[in-house]
Amino acid sequence: MKPHLRRPHDLGGLDDGPIDRNEHLHEPWEKQVDAILRLLNDKTRNILSIDELRRGIEELGPGIYEKLSYYERWIASITNLLIEKNILEIDEIGRKMAEIERRWNEDRYPPKES
Amino acid sequence: MVKKEPLHPHQRDLEDTPFTHYQIMTTAITELLFQKNIFSPDDLRAQLEAIDRKGPADGARLIARAWVDPDFKERMKTSVNSAATELGLDPGNIPILAVENTPELHNVIVCTLCSCYPRMLIGLPPDWYKSRSYRARVVREPRTVLKEFGTEISDKVEIRVHDSTADLRYMVIPMKPDCTESMDESALAKLVTRDTMIGVTLAKVPD
Repeated sequence: MKPHLRRPHDLGGLDDGPIDRNEHLHEPWEKQVDAILRLLNDKTRNILSIDELRRGIEELGPGIYEKLSYYERWIASITNLLIEKNILEIDEIGRKMAEIERRWNEDRYPPKES
Repeated sequence: MVKKEPLHPHQRDLEDTPFTHYQIMTTAITELLFQKNIFSPDDLRAQLEAIDRKGPADGARLIARAWVDPDFKERMKTSVNSAATELGLDPGNIPILAVENTPELHNVIVCTLCSCYPRMLIGLPPDWYKSRSYRARVVREPRTVLKEFGTEISDKVEIRVHDSTADLRYMVIPMKPDCTESMDESALAKLVTRDTMIGVTLAKVPD
């Protein structure tokens, strides 16, 4: 019998190398992702469940799952779930991201006065 | 097997780092959720402060109380959440099960599918807990993995690995070290580390 095909998150029992015990301090944006999830998951809002977050991460698919860091997977899953639940629209997210990138770049590289 | 990149880069000087797609996404989602009144900037700040306040000291307080009060330990083994509430701690709304180490049994926790962890009592999980290597290997060769943490468990002791889920989390009640009879609860709590409550190390031996 052939072994079943594993999805990329299903790691239990596989071989791997030694554990890297280095620990990094969380960057501010990573804590912010954690805080967004907790707010959307809390009893009053009850917009996202932890199961749904995990399902969203699992649906990122092979290739993407391995490539993204931990909190990158979280924000990707949260974003997809907010679109799925009709809380945000994909177009408005795209527009907002373009606006933020423009804003940040202008802060870092102010237009030269002519 | 393809060699993976580290899941977390070490912290960089943000001034020198180009913004990543996902950092931009995080800010965009935050601003849109503010605009739609899903939560406010004050809600976000309060939540960030709550994350910073959570750490292993809360879990260690529970363990120290369990060591000195057998009735409390029994209540904790029935429900960590209600035992934590007794001490004025907020364990969150996901059930946590305490698994107790004995001379015959050593417990260790993992989340093979993701990163479920008793974060309301111990704080955010360390990078290695979320790593591919720990999640893959600890269920198959726990004794070897524990050795990497400097923890030697006798072959006579059974090792039980508990795989956490979104709906049930675990924390380990370590064995109380010898020669601690005269120590009070707050001194005992200092012998309990995050890694002890994950089960990859034993409680510290007093100096």
